[in-house]
Amino acid sequence: MRQTTRSSTSPIKVTLERTLRGMQLDLWAQQAINGLTLGSIYALVALGYTMVYGVLQMINFAHGEVFMVGSYAGFFTLTALFAAGFGQSNLILTLIIVFLVAMVVGGILAVGLERVAYRPLRRAPRLAPLISAIGASIFLQNAVLVIFGPRLQVYPYVFPAGGVSLGNVSITYIRVFIIFLSLAFMLGLHVFVRRTSIGKAMRAVAEDKDTAALMGIDVDRTIATTFLVGGALAGAAGVMVGMYYTQINHMIGFVPGLKAFTAAVLGGIGNVPGAMVGGLFLGLIEAFSAQAIPAVYKDVVAFGLLVLVLIIRPTGILGEVIGKK
Amino acid sequence: MSSVHKGAFDSVRDWSHRLAPPWISQVLGRHKRLTLATLFLLALLLPLRADSYQVHILGYIGLFAMMGVGLNVVVGFAGLLDLGYVAFFAIGAYTYALLASPQFGLHIPFWFVIPVAVAIAALAGVLLGIPVLRMRGDYLAIVTLGFGEIIRLVLNNLDPVTRGPQGLSSIDRPSIPLISFTLDTPIHFYYLILIACVLSMFIAGRLENSRVGRAWVAMREDEDAAAAMGVDLIKYKLLAFAIGASFAGFGGVIFAARQGSIFPADFTLMVSINVLALVIIGGMGSIPGVVVGAIILVGLPEVLRDIQQFRMLVFGALLVAMMIFRPEGFISAARQRSEVQRIRELGSVKTTS
Repeated sequence: MRQTTRSSTSPIKVTLERTLRGMQLDLWAQQAINGLTLGSIYALVALGYTMVYGVLQMINFAHGEVFMVGSYAGFFTLTALFAAGFGQSNLILTLIIVFLVAMVVGGILAVGLERVAYRPLRRAPRLAPLISAIGASIFLQNAVLVIFGPRLQVYPYVFPAGGVSLGNVSITYIRVFIIFLSLAFMLGLHVFVRRTSIGKAMRAVAEDKDTAALMGIDVDRTIATTFLVGGALAGAAGVMVGMYYTQINHMIGFVPGLKAFTAAVLGGIGNVPGAMVGGLFLGLIEAFSAQAIPAVYKDVVAFGLLVLVLIIRPTGILGEVIGKK
Repeated sequence: MSSVHKGAFDSVRDWSHRLAPPWISQVLGRHKRLTLATLFLLALLLPLRADSYQVHILGYIGLFAMMGVGLNVVVGFAGLLDLGYVAFFAIGAYTYALLASPQFGLHIPFWFVIPVAVAIAALAGVLLGIPVLRMRGDYLAIVTLGFGEIIRLVLNNLDPVTRGPQGLSSIDRPSIPLISFTLDTPIHFYYLILIACVLSMFIAGRLENSRVGRAWVAMREDEDAAAAMGVDLIKYKLLAFAIGASFAGFGGVIFAARQGSIFPADFTLMVSINVLALVIIGGMGSIPGVVVGAIILVGLPEVLRDIQQFRMLVFGALLVAMMIFRPEGFISAARQRSEVQRIRELGSVKTTS
């Protein structure tokens, strides 16, 4: 009796196991795609943190809010274009306009922040700009809350459903778009920092402000440019998050801001390629850990990783040794 | 070294020209005992003229002042920026809630839990302190912030122990054993908080002027110089973390007893930021400053309740403005004041010669 049951279930069990294993693999691949999407958004925001840290050695705590405001700017532009009937017919032009608006708003906001909240404090004790940044962050969050209310704003669907198939894994169009666009931005930034004279000025200011000033570099202007570029990237990331999750409110800057900062530290703060690597790495870790342990702990994983990296390798993955202070 | 890499002393010099006349601090400094006695009397009599809700808010101010005193030890005295301070408050609160509620059927008396919770919070402070010993400034801020968030997320998700977002309720009210008196109105808790506050301030005040306090200040001003002078950096940093944490743990126990039920949502990053902000707005390193800061930051939003929507907006703008126009806070610490004074004199000598 026993013998017969075993022999009859055995082949079914084997096939079942095989399918499960296959599914498992596909699931991991799917999570890798999710991780890359999320990671490239983290990377874009992380670039703003890292560039500002590079030139000013301060954490721009309000950077997450720049991202949030960029997301709102993109939302209103997109909704208006769709309401006018323009969005449906000219998808590519619409995307270009939306991203441009969000990036301009993000950039201008970041420059304004620097001018109002950070520049007067450039020679103040290190705590002062950090507190000022926290204040600015609270201010922006609540300004958006007061103006637009606490309700969720729903992004219109821009991309058609469906996606690109890669074996058994399908990648939705929005993911493909986010991954490629952020890679393009990162490449552009890399070229900008390495090849242009403004990029060179940024690196010089990051190295030593006083000496840079002696060499005829306009330090104030270079710092403002750094904020402009970082803010523009955050604005673009804000639109991506809006399109990806489709819902935004005034609080969306907080956790992604922290995560992006984690990414910047992971990669080695002050280091531009480091922020990109750190962002993608954090996105992947988060996606994979969601597969392995309960999803509610994914933020614990991110912060735990941050603490761990700072303890074991405070200079990050690609970071160079910076001064102790 | 570039201009950003400066000690606090240099920055005081750079900033001295912006300081408003520190008359409040001078008056407070000159008539210290009188001021303290008046303030204490005022605090003692205040609840008699207030309704129950107002007393509740006064209790809040007291709790925040207590946490401020503790954080002031870490940030103001020792110069270690801690953005996860709420974690210790949460640890204290949850310790009491777990030991004195139906959750595990334990009903350990309030007075026994206090030393236990304080010890656990201090231990947590040391545990956080060990890995971050070698970090300075911003990195320390972010790691402590991460620590605070981790504690909150764990409380939120460890359902079998903490019941997750539902929180713990029916927490025992403290009672005084011999006269079998149970503390259960806001006024009772107000006086309990007042006693705890005065005790904390007394301890912190004594610490400030002790050998330990001087070691902290030396460390804050210049770690390397302090180490060269024989200050054991590891010991004093851990001590600062442990002592700072124990104040918050104490406050947490009272908070849990007063609220009767606690939730992970009570222990968000905003609490840490509020405490830090009150320390800075009041005057970093100054204990009377902490009280003023607590009154402004916790009390004012209650007064501004009618414009609730705008209060956080105002709060954010206030933080920025404060850093720009009066970075030393409303009531600056005596030590900082004397430095500013000396620098002014030096400056005037220079300009006249």
